[in-house]
Amino acid sequence: MSTADTPKRSMRTPLGRVRNLGAAHSGTSDFWRQRITAVAMTLLMLPVIVVVMMLLGSNQAGAKVILGSLPIAVIMLLFIVASAWHMKIGMQVVIEDYVHNEKLKLISIMLNNFFSVAVALASTYAILKISSGV
Amino acid sequence: MQVYRWTLTMALSIVHRATGIALYVGTLLLVWWLVAAASGPAAYAYVQAFTGSIIGRLIVFGYTWALMHHMLSGIRHFVWDLGYGFKANEREALTWGALIGGIVLTVLIWIIAYAIGGGR
Repeated sequence: MSTADTPKRSMRTPLGRVRNLGAAHSGTSDFWRQRITAVAMTLLMLPVIVVVMMLLGSNQAGAKVILGSLPIAVIMLLFIVASAWHMKIGMQVVIEDYVHNEKLKLISIMLNNFFSVAVALASTYAILKISSGV
Repeated sequence: MQVYRWTLTMALSIVHRATGIALYVGTLLLVWWLVAAASGPAAYAYVQAFTGSIIGRLIVFGYTWALMHHMLSGIRHFVWDLGYGFKANEREALTWGALIGGIVLTVLIWIIAYAIGGGR
């Protein structure tokens, strides 16, 4: 059997070829995280609605007591992290679909990251401040 | 873009994005509310005055619907991701379910909120 009969074969595995590729250079990780955060928020939705219902009609002192309790603070923190992550990925998909100018696209994606992180950190800081009673 | 015929699933695909964008912007209200709760009575009373106003209630009502619709529409996408519900009658049923379910859940939440005295 001569070498001319056999087609050229790459030594790389199929997984090795696709790893770190794609437009985002991160493969399907964003797709997967979008689903994880979506499922997390769906599971957290009922507890979060209950918390909001508990807060209705209470003043700031009452709200601090409710939001400062450990289980409620943890529920809120989980929901905040999942929301911020989910909305960051979602908005990036929208930007990548509609903004075709490369520079404008990168600036938009950067601003999206800034906004999402700011929302997450400001909300997290508020919950932690309430919980620690500072 | 020209399309042969608008279908319900196509329209709802756009609505899923639109509600997602609305929820994105709406997180500013959530941040404002939480930061106010951490700041003090005056800041919190200010948020409550806004959310208690007609405009505020409309925004929060719209936000409730966007959240419920986006969640149910998202579950619909999740079913599709898992490889189910692609037959014509199934995808129509899922889409109608998300549309009607979102409205029903929103109204239900607001009835409960008013019933427990949140409307004061």
